[in-house]
Amino acid sequence: MPSLPARSSSRPTVSPHRDASRLELLEYYLVHHEDLAGCARASLEWLNGYAGVKRSVCLAVDTEAGILIGIAGFGVPNEDVDLFAWPLSDTRDPLVAALASPDPIVCKPGRVTGHVGRVTPATPLGAGPFTAIPLRGGGETDDAALGLLLLRAGIGSSADISWLVTVLGQKVDQIRGRGSLAEEVRKLRRERALFFTIINAVTDPILLTDTEGRLIMANARAEKLFAASEEESEGRRRAVELNNMFFSAALSRTAVEAPSEARELLLVDPSDGSDLLFEVLRSTVEDPREGTGIVSVLRNITDLRRATEQIEENYQRLRVLEAGARAERDRLNLIIDSVADPIIVTDPMGETVLMNAPAEDLFTVFQPAFDSAERSVQANDAHFSSFISGLLLGETGPGEIRRGEISLVNPNTSEPIPVEAIAGKVLSDSGELTAVVTILHDRREALERGRLYEQLKMASEELQVRVQAATAELATQNELLRRQAIELEQASRLKSQFLANMSHEFRTPLNAILGYTHMLLQGVAGDLQPAVKRQMQRIDSNGRHLLTIINEILDITRIEAGKMPMQLSGFNLNDVVPEVMAELDAVIARSKLTVTPHLSSEVSPVYSDRQKVKQIVVNLLSNALKFTHQGTIEIAVRFDPGTRAASVEVSDTGIGIAPEHHERIFEDFRQVDDSPSRQYGGTGLGLAICRRLATALGGRISLHSHVGQGSTFTLTIPVETPP
Amino acid sequence: MSTNQGPLILVVDDYEDAREMYAEYLRFCGFRVAEARNGNEALEQAFALMPDLILMDLSLPGMDGWEATRQLKADERTRQIPVVALTGHALAGASEDAKKAGCDSFVTKPCLPDDLVVEVRRMLHLAKQT
Repeated sequence: MPSLPARSSSRPTVSPHRDASRLELLEYYLVHHEDLAGCARASLEWLNGYAGVKRSVCLAVDTEAGILIGIAGFGVPNEDVDLFAWPLSDTRDPLVAALASPDPIVCKPGRVTGHVGRVTPATPLGAGPFTAIPLRGGGETDDAALGLLLLRAGIGSSADISWLVTVLGQKVDQIRGRGSLAEEVRKLRRERALFFTIINAVTDPILLTDTEGRLIMANARAEKLFAASEEESEGRRRAVELNNMFFSAALSRTAVEAPSEARELLLVDPSDGSDLLFEVLRSTVEDPREGTGIVSVLRNITDLRRATEQIEENYQRLRVLEAGARAERDRLNLIIDSVADPIIVTDPMGETVLMNAPAEDLFTVFQPAFDSAERSVQANDAHFSSFISGLLLGETGPGEIRRGEISLVNPNTSEPIPVEAIAGKVLSDSGELTAVVTILHDRREALERGRLYEQLKMASEELQVRVQAATAELATQNELLRRQAIELEQASRLKSQFLANMSHEFRTPLNAILGYTHMLLQGVAGDLQPAVKRQMQRIDSNGRHLLTIINEILDITRIEAGKMPMQLSGFNLNDVVPEVMAELDAVIARSKLTVTPHLSSEVSPVYSDRQKVKQIVVNLLSNALKFTHQGTIEIAVRFDPGTRAASVEVSDTGIGIAPEHHERIFEDFRQVDDSPSRQYGGTGLGLAICRRLATALGGRISLHSHVGQGSTFTLTIPVETPP
Repeated sequence: MSTNQGPLILVVDDYEDAREMYAEYLRFCGFRVAEARNGNEALEQAFALMPDLILMDLSLPGMDGWEATRQLKADERTRQIPVVALTGHALAGASEDAKKAGCDSFVTKPCLPDDLVVEVRRMLHLAKQT
């Protein structure tokens, strides 16, 4: 095993340029007299440069902690050096043994010389055999070394290595003499660890980039967003790629624009692909050694933004609700104010919260008013308060309503206003009393109505009494009328009987008068002198006239008494007309008028009282002859199949009848001229009888006439007279 | 003309002027005439004389014309003698009552003697046929 020359007090021989390099190293030592790691690193670099050592590690003893720790390495990972710590408790350990050894020790993998079973420790130098050269301060060789220089095994010892081991050992001793190396390193390490812990504990991603935008350092949170290894999923890698792109873009943009300003940056969460919104806070750090860097702190404002939006939305909704509530309140106020009855809302303490306009009229005085008005308002207040306190003290449930009567006074007119107060409690959801709503209803109207109702009732009762009296009176009158009707009927019957009797009594002497006159005219007593005969004829004609009158009176009487006999038979109206003309032949001849019959082509017979029909037509024709001085008279028979009625029409060219007399002439004992000096004779019963007879036959007599234009009387009878 | 050969007419009337007027005119026209003043006399005369026709006034004192007619019509001997009722009553039902009593004809007063003779001749002609 090649051994390094033991430290010697004599300086090793070196070449001039080597000397220069050695001087340079020593100068570095002087400058960085307290930086153990820096000196160690410079030493290892020097070894590489002048002794061709590609890989080397420098370890130092921390006596307090009792461990061997890595200080610097060359050609090996820095982390391995930093993290290296080896306990010194086991003296059989190859490294511990190397510390105690005066000479370099070669450690082979798996075994250490002299110590069977000991495993070669894993050093920062990596796998494989290595040489551990103790570093000593230059004192006794048997003293425990201050540190170790690890080189790959097989590197032969050289003057340079020996020199370096000597100077480095002295430097370690020197620095340690000034303070506790381990302390220093440990403190640094703790701070460093703390720094990393803190920076990793920060939930915001933190990145350090150089001015070109290249990433120098990132904390754990940032790495999640911006770093992905090959093993990770495609999606996650793409997300990371995108994030890097976004971040670079944001960085460059920020560099162009305002660098210190906070920017928003939208990234993708690589774990679930959701959007993350960050606020980027940037600051530039100047480091003399590392140059200018940019620290970016990304603050996740995704939730904040969401919350902001939520708040905004809530605010909008609130404003809408508020507007709705305001509108509702305005509407309610309008409604309440439009109620004619006063409405008062009081709180549970009895204080007035709200009142509508009519209530204000009762309970408030607006301007300095008359004393009386103020007194009225106070009195009103007192009455109302006592009513409300009664309600508040009393036990009333939620739905219950308290009613009461209060006597208020109109402050403006001092007029008393009796009101009915109706109060209801308003309860909250939890059943707590929140308000009392009271409506005051003016009772004057109700009272007035009640008074009017009473009056009306009295009037109605009075009326009822009167109606009853009137009804009784009416009943009496009815009874009276009934009796009178009976009496009248009796009287009428008596009259008819009387007239019948009278006519009989008239007839008996008239029968003798007419009979004897007739007999004398017949020559029963011998031939008469012409003068006597003429006089006898006067007696005869006047007797006949008297008989006609008596017969007519008798007819009227019989019809009125309902004792006119009806003898119904079937006959042809055409046959009646010649008979009538024959009966009146003498009169027609005397009148010198032309009487023309117009018979109907319809031959269907009528079923009626032939004698009565004939009597009517005789009457109509004799009237026509009586009131016509010149011209013609026409008698027409017609039949109307539509109404199943037959008619006989008697038209003359006589004096005519004024319309106002058209009804009158059908009344009993009436003529157009009733005066004692009238021109035409007759009883005035003819048409009255005709109309009655026509009615009894189910028919009628109609008249069409004008003064000076003649008259047309028409008898219309049904083809079949009703029984 | 012979007054002994004409048909015998019994004139029943309580009113003398009328009875004698008709009787006189019937005699003038060639009839034999007997007279009665009431129902009872009418029955006596009818049974005694068996006239060819009876002129019967219905309103009579004592036994009236209706009753007399009923009795005449109820008797075998006088049933076939035509009875001509004479009345001043023209109210409805008068002629029906007369027919019901058995009168063969009905004449309303006032009736001119001439008209009466026409009716008497008609009834005698009818009776002769049956």
